[in-house]
Amino acid sequence: MLVLHTPEAQVSRAKLKAVKQGVTMTIPTEQMLALYRTMVRIRQCEEQLARSYAAGTITGACHTYVGEEAIATGVCAHLRHDDAVFSTHRGHGHALAKGVPPRELVAELFGRETGCSGGRGGSMHLFSPEVGMMGTSGIVGPCILQATGAGYSFQLLETDQVGVAFFGDGAVGNGAFHEGLNLATIWDLPVVFICENNMYATEVAFAYSARNTDVAGRAAGYGLPAEMVDGNDVVAIYEAAEAAVAKARSGGGPSLIECRTYRTRVHAEGMGESGYRSQEEIDRWKARDPIAAFARRVVEAGDLTDADLQAVDDQITAEIQDAVAFATDSPWPDPATVADHIYGEGA
Amino acid sequence: MASPEKVGREITYTEAAREALTSAMERDSTIFVLGEGIGERGGNFNTTKGLYERFGPRRLRDTPICERGFVGLCTGAAMTGTRPIVDFMFIDFILDAVGELTNQIAKIQYMTSGRLKMPVLLRGCVGVGGGAATHHSGSYFPFFVNVPGFRVVVPTTPYDAKGLLATALRCDDPVLFLEHKSLLNVRGDVPDEDYSIPFGQARVCREGTHVTIVGVGPLVPKSLAAAATLASEGVSVEVIDPRTLAPLDMETILTSVGKTGKLLVADESFGPCGIGAEIAAQVMDQGFDDLAAPVRRLNGVHTPTPYSPPLEAAVVPSVDQVAAAVRELAAE
Repeated sequence: MLVLHTPEAQVSRAKLKAVKQGVTMTIPTEQMLALYRTMVRIRQCEEQLARSYAAGTITGACHTYVGEEAIATGVCAHLRHDDAVFSTHRGHGHALAKGVPPRELVAELFGRETGCSGGRGGSMHLFSPEVGMMGTSGIVGPCILQATGAGYSFQLLETDQVGVAFFGDGAVGNGAFHEGLNLATIWDLPVVFICENNMYATEVAFAYSARNTDVAGRAAGYGLPAEMVDGNDVVAIYEAAEAAVAKARSGGGPSLIECRTYRTRVHAEGMGESGYRSQEEIDRWKARDPIAAFARRVVEAGDLTDADLQAVDDQITAEIQDAVAFATDSPWPDPATVADHIYGEGA
Repeated sequence: MASPEKVGREITYTEAAREALTSAMERDSTIFVLGEGIGERGGNFNTTKGLYERFGPRRLRDTPICERGFVGLCTGAAMTGTRPIVDFMFIDFILDAVGELTNQIAKIQYMTSGRLKMPVLLRGCVGVGGGAATHHSGSYFPFFVNVPGFRVVVPTTPYDAKGLLATALRCDDPVLFLEHKSLLNVRGDVPDEDYSIPFGQARVCREGTHVTIVGVGPLVPKSLAAAATLASEGVSVEVIDPRTLAPLDMETILTSVGKTGKLLVADESFGPCGIGAEIAAQVMDQGFDDLAAPVRRLNGVHTPTPYSPPLEAAVVPSVDQVAAAVRELAAE
């Protein structure tokens, strides 16, 4: 019988490693609360967006991040507003974690003028350069190159800013992965590559798309330092990202972090489970819910209480309700502006 | 602005463009150049000759052969405060980056409602010649004109190359600066001082009264040569160089057609959905009453570019073909 080197087996090893290191002890209580708050904000916002999609309020694509919240949360906790994040079609979580207010995200998916992209983007084109959210993209791959380009700017301008690319396993077979990792590595650019390996590109298994599914291992082929962490363990991600961001910020060059995770909802709202994955697999991963796991851990460790967490839940519920009300009451964009800003001013 | 008259200082088209680049790089430390062999080597066409020594390896960076990669990199760089220049050598090479160009670079300003600028300059060689064959002979600029967001610049003289490149390097939009390979070593009068030429201003290269030719790129000097021949036959030809195709100065073209009533658009690139088709349609829309004959087009043959000299010569419009097309128009 073949012994499969499965992603889940690797995840459990990574988790063990994180727990063994006792990293929860190194995170201040305030930061733990912040991590929990961001994850809950993403989760509740996503669940609201799914309801709004079902109600017909969101008319276009809606790819949720449910199950993967720990990654954006753990990484963006180390980023400043002047660090540049480039993301994917599944980017709501990245936007929220980077500081885009839920009001602007919900309004954008509602197609309103007050959305972070003025209603021009929707789910797949979230731009908020004011907080360093440099865009999600409906095309898989370019975010890797653009984060590398941000790193090029920051190196040339001699700042301590960092470029970050979030992308899935679906981007790993794309040329952008190869070209971006190589360019960042040969020029020592301040970039952090975050691969959110959720095992499926839409509904095609990564195990089918790649003979070598060890993304962190593949980075080594470029001479790029990399590690694999449990993508459902916000503490492990927080710690790995802390090191990678600090390294990039101090001129130490790029890194890659592969986060093994799972998307527990469908690829895009409105789709069904077509049979490409088993209910048993989905249930297994739901049992590893990153938010519930973190909550258990911090309460058991005595770092936070159930009451602390409940207060956060309630605060976020109110925040999301407010965001929906704000978006609903916001004006539609003016059709007279449809051709504005194709070109900049001057020249 | 300096005038294009005789200044007693002749340099090549490439040298003129390099003067504008050097001056801009001295003025603006956020400008950097990426490309294959543009560092110490100074560029396949000497576009960056001597600049590596002056500005160093971070501002003149040789790349691996990965056009999609470094065009995508330049997108992110432009979004974060620098001004990248892609020195792509041959435009055929950046077809590997068309997704980055069309889906990303061209759309960022629009998608952010102008909160991000996209000052990416893509410059390099276009066109047929020298037995370069079909992967080093493309023009493809009508494609980029078709996409909202690009500025498309096709200088034909050293004077214009310097002035238009200066404008491109201050422009916040993505610019394709396309240098036809037959023009790179052409010499012409160029002032020593800096000057810039605004986009969207065509140049009337030769005044005439019977027929207007709008030439694109190498078809400007070919049209001027044809006009000289035709003058001896009593046909007076006005030759217009649009200089930029996006934006396109239709006003100058319509004014000329108002005078001549007859228009030929001569362009080496492909005819279908091309610049000539667009100009013809706009003249029909806005200058129909001025037309004394149908607008004519003369284009390169709609085919890949073959290698063998007689085949290669057969795909591009010649001076004789321009003259013949004008004679037909003049006779209508």
